[in-house]
Amino acid sequence: MKIGKQSWSFQQKPVISSSATVTGPFEGKGAIANKIDLIHKDLYMGQPSFEQAHQQLIEDACQLTVQKASIRYQEVDLFISGDLINQMTPTNFAARHHHIPFIGVTNACATSIGALALSALIVDSGNAHYILTGAASHYAAVEKQFRYPTEYGSQKPPTAQWTVTGAGFGLVSQIGQGPRITKATIGRVMDLNQTDPFNMGGAMAPAAADTILTHLEDHQASVDDYDLIVTGDLGEIGQSITIDLLKSQQVDIPTKKWVDCGLSIYKADQNVYAGGSGAGCSSVYLYSQLLDALNKQELNRILVIATGALLSPLSTLQKQSIPVIAHAVTIESEAI
Amino acid sequence: MLNTNKQQYSQLATKHEKKRPILLNCVRAFIIGGLICVVGQAISFFYMFYFDFTEQTVGDPTVATLIFITMLLTGFGIYDKCAQFAGAGTAVPVTGFGNAVISAAMEHRSEGFVQGVGANMFKLAGSVILFGVFSAFIIALIKTTLIQLGVIG
Repeated sequence: MKIGKQSWSFQQKPVISSSATVTGPFEGKGAIANKIDLIHKDLYMGQPSFEQAHQQLIEDACQLTVQKASIRYQEVDLFISGDLINQMTPTNFAARHHHIPFIGVTNACATSIGALALSALIVDSGNAHYILTGAASHYAAVEKQFRYPTEYGSQKPPTAQWTVTGAGFGLVSQIGQGPRITKATIGRVMDLNQTDPFNMGGAMAPAAADTILTHLEDHQASVDDYDLIVTGDLGEIGQSITIDLLKSQQVDIPTKKWVDCGLSIYKADQNVYAGGSGAGCSSVYLYSQLLDALNKQELNRILVIATGALLSPLSTLQKQSIPVIAHAVTIESEAI
Repeated sequence: MLNTNKQQYSQLATKHEKKRPILLNCVRAFIIGGLICVVGQAISFFYMFYFDFTEQTVGDPTVATLIFITMLLTGFGIYDKCAQFAGAGTAVPVTGFGNAVISAAMEHRSEGFVQGVGANMFKLAGSVILFGVFSAFIIALIKTTLIQLGVIG
């Protein structure tokens, strides 16, 4: 049901009945390694190219998610996912593997939450029983497309972010046990004339602030209603800008209530500059650490906002500014 | 809904942006870049002492050796880590040029030898060659003109 200007409220409260995460070796040494289902030892993951390794991440995470739910691929009604690579080949190619009807979506790093909101809407309206959704990214495949060759020695500025190698998928179901998706807000594209492709946080902060404010307005909610506000990959710089932006609009989120996935996947000594990023960043953290906390009812109501910078290497070279977007969903534990 | 404009936001974003530590980067570049040059000099002396090279002819084998070492360091994934520390120190010497060519060749190996390695090898270094040759041409033109005019000897 539509609420306010950009939001949905789900009457049936679709359940995330199972989830799985798969990452690369670097994330396997990170702060949430013990919550990851499968950690590949090598960035190639037994594949001949980084793009195929990216596809492998998606295939592995999908398979584990479905296995954990004790259902078969044939029972899943829809697969909704996307990634950052040209023409979305990793997801498209992974989708030919399991023969589930498929809709590809891509909003850069906001793909995970955009896809989750869409899945919840379809399940809520009774048009599907099970939807497999999530997102993935692969460090080397993304670097190759957006920046320089992996082994090229360029010095990155402190505002740069590290693309997460990982995939996180969840099964959104009509029935079952697990955390429930209750609300969503679909973001609009913003552009405040930021041009530095090595400062994604700085570009994405306004989208995060806009979606948070719209979500609270549309649902007549306040920050106190949530145990935790989670942002996707704002990183250090994006987060501090978002705090200031929200304060200027009289919304104050205490730092202990705010987690940024990009700042939570790696350990402090892993030197990922301003934090992790990528479509896999929010999805890996959401479908491992956060769902685990919701299942254990350590958290009862969270707002997850994933931000995406909608640029391409071409648009950067042609000196265009970076349009950005953010989507949000509210997830509640069974205790509510 | 967020209420801000481009000017306001750009001020806020600049306030929070972490600046590159330029002075520290310069010092690091000086030390590591200098170190690479010392290694190069040692290799030159080695060729001059043990082989039949003179100060004029030793350049070629020295550069070849440095690039060979760079190739190994790039292949084993060490060069890019050094570069994050050294910045211009590893980019400016001939090793940086080698690294640009070798890393691009490795990266595009999966697309085949002709359209992958061949077409992309000079993706980064190509402009160095183009503008290097072009600048050399301009300088040579100026020098020739000055000689013809009798300004220099």
